[in-house]
Amino acid sequence: MNNEQNQPKDILKVKNLSFYYGTFQALKDISLDIEANKVTALIGPSGCGKSTLLRCFNRMNDLFSNAKVEGQIIFDDLDIYSQSIDPVLIRSKIGMVFQKPNPFPKSIYDNVAFGLRINGFAGNYDEEIERALVQSALWDEVKDRLKDNAFSLSGGQQQRLCIARALAIRPDVILLDEPTSALDPIATVKIEDLVNVLKKDYTIIIVTHNMQQAARVSDKTAFLLSGEDRCGVLIEYDYTQTMFSNPKIKETEDYITGRFS
Amino acid sequence: MSTDFKLNQNNLSRRKFIGIIFLVFCLLGVLVAMMGLISLLIQVILQGYEWVTPNLIFNYPSRHPEQAGLWPALIGTLYMMGLTALITVPVGIGAAIYLEEYAPKNWITSFIEINTSNLAGVPSIVYGLLGLSIFVYFLKLERSILAGSLTMSLLILPLLILASREAIKAVPMAHREAAFALGGDKWQVVKMAVLPTAFPGILTGVILALSRAIGEAAPMVAITALVYITFVPVTPMDRFTVMPIQIFNWVSRPQDDFRGLAAGGIIILLFLLLSMNSIAVILRNKFQKRSEE
Repeated sequence: MNNEQNQPKDILKVKNLSFYYGTFQALKDISLDIEANKVTALIGPSGCGKSTLLRCFNRMNDLFSNAKVEGQIIFDDLDIYSQSIDPVLIRSKIGMVFQKPNPFPKSIYDNVAFGLRINGFAGNYDEEIERALVQSALWDEVKDRLKDNAFSLSGGQQQRLCIARALAIRPDVILLDEPTSALDPIATVKIEDLVNVLKKDYTIIIVTHNMQQAARVSDKTAFLLSGEDRCGVLIEYDYTQTMFSNPKIKETEDYITGRFS
Repeated sequence: MSTDFKLNQNNLSRRKFIGIIFLVFCLLGVLVAMMGLISLLIQVILQGYEWVTPNLIFNYPSRHPEQAGLWPALIGTLYMMGLTALITVPVGIGAAIYLEEYAPKNWITSFIEINTSNLAGVPSIVYGLLGLSIFVYFLKLERSILAGSLTMSLLILPLLILASREAIKAVPMAHREAAFALGGDKWQVVKMAVLPTAFPGILTGVILALSRAIGEAAPMVAITALVYITFVPVTPMDRFTVMPIQIFNWVSRPQDDFRGLAAGGIIILLFLLLSMNSIAVILRNKFQKRSEE
């Protein structure tokens, strides 16, 4: 583990990925490698395909019947889009947290237990649920009310519950799809702090429309842009510090300095 | 510019008056609707209350009003409703889940959708005649409880499918996505994320559909052929009668006492219906609380 942390290891490799909804091409020829135990931010204006790209990592796009993928995403030496791979297994290895907090209308406990139950976990549920809630920095706030309905929590707490729910099944990668866009500034700070802590144990990919957030939380940043044909392409991918202080491409500079419409 | 801006609030009392007129209009609407129901209830209760006796419930039909009862019809109704529920609930909910969660969105699916709605509006006597020709004659089930239940199932399936589909449709997409993202397969997502949330709505659909069936007389006229039944049905292949038919029979007799008897029967039928609905409301509220608060 230590050895791996010293040498950057790429946990996910995207190779020439193109994505289509029916005949509409949403992503064109994207290639990038995601480093393990780092936070990678996907930024870009609305409609540039950053959420679509994120959903390619755990094959959530399969839920759209007309989705089509070309190219590869290599995860642990396996192409997750090869015929022999069941997307269900991929999703238990690559967790996801959505834009709006979406807890189930169940108790806090049952929400975190959901993934364990689905995946047939046979160990000590109480222990695993406590671990997940501690990791998501929610334990102290909910430990006395685990049987309460998840909707009794505030928006920020609900989002951390969704993170705990994803953590409970011990994924390798966590995908965050604009996780703070529905939250107030204080709740946002808590989630960002949490992301910083979680990257010790998990690889995190975060979509954000907020460039300050990308600068604050991410180690690497990918900037996507869509042209006239509304098809997203990767413009620049680099270490966040480098990109924000010294962008190589003019479009990136325009976007991160806010000169972009 | 801003000096031209002036509000005319002199007509405030006139605006309020219009509001009151509207309120009265709405109240009148409610009142007219309620009047029909209430006058029916009052008339039935006044006419029938002295006939609601153990005799009425536990006796067999008779030519003598004071001895006549609707025991076979009561058991027939309960028997048929039980069988109908057994047939309708799994088929109806299954069809709704398939149409909402599994069916590809193509013209066949929308064709089925439109026709489910159409079927819900078909007059019940049509179902009665359909049941008569298919179940009674073609499948040779005779005029049995089974034939009656199957016919009733046909009648209420569209209602149940529609209600269940609405309940399933109302489950937020976000719940499905969350369950998929945790590594659920299709059936796990349906079972653990969709159905628990949709359950109160589905239950309401089940009860509404069954309440419709319990009061239907027209299709039962076709199936039972209005015979005089003096035994309690035991097997699903036995002949039977149901309460609406028994009531219909009594109403059509010349003697006044039978009309009182019919009113008594209506009271029992209404009681059955209302208790069914109350159980549904209680169950629904219980599950809704569990899933929302």
